[in-house]
Parts: sequence; C-alpha cells; structure tokens
Amino acid sequence: MAEEEEKKKKICIIMTKGTLDAAYPPLILASTAASMDWDASIFFTFYGLDVINKKKYKNLKVAPIANPAMPMPVPNIIGMLPGMTSMATMMMKNMMKKANVPDIEEFIKMCKEMGVKLYGCQMTLDVMGIKEEDLIPTEACIGAAAFLDIASDADVTLLV
Amino acid sequence: MEADEVLDTSGLVCPMPILKTKQSIKNLEPGTVLKVIATDKGSKGDIPAFVRQSKNELLGMEDDDGKYIFFIKKK
Repeated sequence: MAEEEEKKKKICIIMTKGTLDAAYPPLILASTAASMDWDASIFFTFYGLDVINKKKYKNLKVAPIANPAMPMPVPNIIGMLPGMTSMATMMMKNMMKKANVPDIEEFIKMCKEMGVKLYGCQMTLDVMGIKEEDLIPTEACIGAAAFLDIASDADVTLLV
Repeated sequence: MEADEVLDTSGLVCPMPILKTKQSIKNLEPGTVLKVIATDKGSKGDIPAFVRQSKNELLGMEDDDGKYIFFIKKK
C-alpha cells in the first residue's frame, strides 16, 4: 500500500553530556518519536557515552557547581564542598520519583523496546579507553561520517 | 462517547501518557476505540500530536476539571 511505503519521519539526536539532568531530554524525545512510528537514533559521544556505559549509567549525577537553575540554587562556593554533588543528585532523583518519571535505566530499556537505535562514538571509545562491551548493546559504534550519513535525511536533528 | 478500551494515565507526566498510549494501542485491532485519561497538562497538546503523527484518529477530547479525556480510533 502506498501509505505504508511512505518514508517514516526521522529524528537523530547527538548526546554529548554525561549528567543526569541532561540524560533525560534525548531519551524522552527519542522514545516519544519512536512511539509515533518515527525512525529514532541517538549518537552518544564524548561524556554522553556515560549514558549508555553499563558501569556509569545508573550513577549519573547533577553538577551543583555553575548550575544556577536548581530548585534551590547553591552558591558555587558551597557547591564545591564534599557531598554537594550527591545532594544535588538525590534532590533531582527524588523530584523525578515523586513525579512518577522512570529512571534512566528504565528509560533506556523503553527506548530499546520501542526500537530507538543507539549508536556509540568509536572515537570516544578509543580516546577514553572504553570497551564496546562496557556499553549497553548498541546498533554499532561509528564515526562522524557514518553518523552524518544516517542523519543526512533526518527531519529533525538535535544536539544535546 | 463509547470506548472499547480504557487507559488511565492519571498522575503520570510527559512522556509517559504517550508511551503508555502507544503500548495500549499497539495491541488493539484496527477500528477499536481507546479512551485515554490523563492529568498531565501537556497531554492536551501531546495526545492530538501523537494521534496525528501515528496516523490514528482522534474522535473527541474532553476537559473534565483537570482530567483530560481522549477518544482515539486505531487505524
């Protein structure tokens, strides 16, 4: 049928950050896109690779330093004290839990179930000495040109 | 309006009402009407967008004192 042959809409997201607060938007957008039958991909690069690093993704943190947007803003001089990062992270986790928002682990699981394609950045793996088996299984670990090739006919591209 | 199935997403925030709607609709026969109840304010715009993008049909929408009710027909 002609309707089925119609090209799916496509979203490609580049994830460059490894903090808890930054991890949510790409996972939310990609899973939502997949739910609308879009072709959705996320390319994890630089610190963004932590979001699919099995050793790290359950322990992503919120940075209290240079972060004036927290519900209870913390002056940088206080934010640098030991324990403040854990505190800021706990605050965010509690806030999300109260609002019934799934945690990162669950979100990644949902993304995979819905067919979101995860790509790792090969260059980041090499530079940071991370092994491919340290990652949640991806479609592939690829370089810049290969990702641009995937993204070249995307309808939406985002850098997070 | 009559519905064949009901999904209550009360208390859930974006994007969960959409993801739950997708999960429910996936298993329905074409032509089935799904009633979705949501309390997320964003769902007022999100559900119609989801329905449009996923090529289903929005039969109706009600705003019942903070509860948004949608009737979606699966294509």
